[in-house]
Amino acid sequence: MMIKDKEYLSEKASYCLDLAKKLGATDSSVLVSNSISETVNFRNQKLDESNRSDNLAIGITTYIGKKKSSISSSNLIKENLDILIEKCIETTKNTPEDEFNSLPDKDLLAQEVKDLDLYDDTHLKNEDKIEYLKRLEISASSNKKIVNTESSFTEDKSNFILANSDGFCEGHEDSSFVASSVTVAKDEKSMERDYEYSSRCHLKDIKDAEVLGKLAAEQTIKKLSPKKISSEKIALIFDKRIAKGVLGAFASAIHSSVISRGTSFLKDKINQKIFSDEIDIFDKPDILRGLGSRTFDSEGVKTDTLKLVEKGVLKHYLVDSYNGKKLNLKSNGRCGGTSNLYFNKGKISFKDLLSLNSRCLYITETIGHGSNIVTGDYSVGATGFLIENGDFKYPINEITIAGNFKDMFKNITLANDLEFEYSTNSPTMMIEGMVVAGK
Amino acid sequence: MKNFFEKSDLLRKDAEDIISDTLNKCDDGELYLEDSKSETIVLDDNKIKNSSYSSDLGFGFRAITDEIVAYSHSNEISKNSLKYSSESLKSTLKSKKGTYNHSIPKTNKKYYENINPIEQKSLNEKIEILNKVNNYLRSKDSNVKQVTANFNGEQKSIEIIRSGGETLSDIRPLIRFNVSVMLDKNGRKETGVYGIGGRKSYDSYLKEDNWKKVCDEALRIASVNLESKPAPAGEMKVVLGPGWPAILIHEAVGHGLEGDFNRKKTSAFHNLMGQKVASDGVTIVDDGTIDNRRGSLTIDDEGTPTEKTVLIENGILKNFMQDRLNARLMKTRSTGSGRRENYRHIVLPRMRNTMMLNGNHTQEEMIKSVDKGIFAVSFGGGQVDITSGKFVFNCTEAYEIINGKIGSPIKGATLIGDGPSILKEVSMVGNDMMLDPGIGTCGKAGQGVPVGVAQPSILINKMTVGGTKL
Repeated sequence: MMIKDKEYLSEKASYCLDLAKKLGATDSSVLVSNSISETVNFRNQKLDESNRSDNLAIGITTYIGKKKSSISSSNLIKENLDILIEKCIETTKNTPEDEFNSLPDKDLLAQEVKDLDLYDDTHLKNEDKIEYLKRLEISASSNKKIVNTESSFTEDKSNFILANSDGFCEGHEDSSFVASSVTVAKDEKSMERDYEYSSRCHLKDIKDAEVLGKLAAEQTIKKLSPKKISSEKIALIFDKRIAKGVLGAFASAIHSSVISRGTSFLKDKINQKIFSDEIDIFDKPDILRGLGSRTFDSEGVKTDTLKLVEKGVLKHYLVDSYNGKKLNLKSNGRCGGTSNLYFNKGKISFKDLLSLNSRCLYITETIGHGSNIVTGDYSVGATGFLIENGDFKYPINEITIAGNFKDMFKNITLANDLEFEYSTNSPTMMIEGMVVAGK
Repeated sequence: MKNFFEKSDLLRKDAEDIISDTLNKCDDGELYLEDSKSETIVLDDNKIKNSSYSSDLGFGFRAITDEIVAYSHSNEISKNSLKYSSESLKSTLKSKKGTYNHSIPKTNKKYYENINPIEQKSLNEKIEILNKVNNYLRSKDSNVKQVTANFNGEQKSIEIIRSGGETLSDIRPLIRFNVSVMLDKNGRKETGVYGIGGRKSYDSYLKEDNWKKVCDEALRIASVNLESKPAPAGEMKVVLGPGWPAILIHEAVGHGLEGDFNRKKTSAFHNLMGQKVASDGVTIVDDGTIDNRRGSLTIDDEGTPTEKTVLIENGILKNFMQDRLNARLMKTRSTGSGRRENYRHIVLPRMRNTMMLNGNHTQEEMIKSVDKGIFAVSFGGGQVDITSGKFVFNCTEAYEIINGKIGSPIKGATLIGDGPSILKEVSMVGNDMMLDPGIGTCGKAGQGVPVGVAQPSILINKMTVGGTKL
């Protein structure tokens, strides 16, 4: 696939740092990256699209004292870089000072890049991707109720160098393989869509094609002929793929940028209890082959494991250099957010979780952007199943679920079925006390 | 016009030869070249937080035969890079043979000026306005605890070269000005957001202290929300205000009327052409031809001139929105709706400015007729599942209606409905149509494109309101 090597990227990076310095920058940082990806799409068991993409990108930030500005471009030709860096310096001069602007503290920068096994150099030819998708779609289409299948296989290889005028210059190669399938099922009363996907750094960790196709189809068929239920207060069980979104909302509410601006419902909650006793939350950057794994953050600051929540108590914010200085905290290497974020698994099995209440809703999909990080209010559209005495009764749709994260967090019960499928992971989750709006 | 071949070892003539050689056995395709420049200036927390500039250059080479699309893009406009892309396209389509359709309509109309908004106003002038915005809001209300204001400016130059050497080009300006304010009163925090924008220069939007109106509106919304009570939960009547609430139309029916979903029969609307899908008096158009609007385009990203497409006329479904690929496969014509976020993406049929036209009722009449319901004035975003037809949108300013009168403001709640049936529940269409202020971005298949919406006030008989109060 021929991505640009370390030498090429480093050379561009040092050219930019040198020129910025020559033009008057007191400090500067640069990120140079290249990624090449190849995608093949199938629809109804036939080739639908092939897509090759070759992306070069450069981003430069220059400082003159406490003044700062940045530029970015996809054009790495020398003449263009010269024009852009000159423009960047001009803009920097004209931008007001901000006392918190600076490169990260030197002693926080990563000293070495750990080998986290994030690069698989296997190249899967398009013919082989087609072979995988054929098997996937045959499996996905085997039930007559499936009327449309769209599947896709993407291989991505990328490389980057992050450098700054304090001598930091590191980067590494990444690879990713993603297989996905979206299926549509139909009966007399309804048409429904669902999906399944598998995303990994290494090709051989990708889910088997037949298994993936079968899962997508089964999940879709189960949704046919949904009913709408009445408005009520009822326990909700969030499927893992939805539960991770609750964890994602937590992460956005503890980022130092919203804390320092005062625009988070978790402001001033450090060392306070925000979850129940049983809840521990980790952000662990050094998981081998982890989808969010990394040695340093987007400023070059070393990233260590953080126990964000211990026995329900909030222990850390996610801190970058700028907001850290504002809050009088040291960066903990979270510029750009979390790495591999997860709830520690609970004590109860999935099956027992379903039976805790005689009646509950199992949520498999939410739509809408209904998370308000300022107030903690949450209200989204939802799709799922009614569960009675531990058994799936029938599919539900056209309802909304609503609550406030402050209450929701305290009422979480987790199952013991944690798996590392994504960069943010949660076991199946039950939340009591939320309101469902329906008929 | 931008010369994409300057400073490249690739001559225009060579490019045309490679394009013709690659596409002559295909049904359609083109080389799409794009050069965009954009800036962002952000004031936040009393300081200029970000001043950044970006320039992006690249090409996307597309070949289509039958239903198969082969695409390759790169940032390097060079002979090698284009040849490499050509080989990649040929290998995907090697066993296929099509007939290239050379016909593409022409236009002399232009819906915006050929300007670069970024260069038309100096950085210092923009910073000065942002500082004025911050001071104005903080001095106007002592409960203001946070202000974020930003300018975004962009100029995008595109050129399309088709097999045989035919070329089409366009230069598109776009600006946006946005203000977000957070109030804190007795420990309760609420935000209000408002913005304006379009395909114009900053000056034509910000003359006569127009920015003050934007600030006032953001502050007003935040103040209303400070007094809001928990929203009700359940099915009830909903009155939508004019303008931006038309994202209901965008989500509920717009996406479902895009050609690709209907060709693939995955839209809930695919078998409803010519049928009644809305109440009498409901007419919806998608219009790319309104001067200087955010969703307007002189030509789409395949080179087809845009138009005003009637989607629903007096309740009857009349047209889908089409790009060239879906139009050919559905044996109809392109409506000039083929769009892409940039050269990294394939073309899809997309909306431009989606509008419900005026009826003859007044908003007052609508509110008077409601015993129990809500009056929704402003929204955040929305989303739709086009297969099941279910859609949502989030209120950012809404009030309860009790016995024909507007009551207390209610907290932000999600509204959910069913696309194919919701327009049959429209029982009154207002006479107060308004365009939105020029802030919409529509996402589809990972691609964001600027769009507009418009509508008069409407009364919907039944929608589910996702509040917390049972």
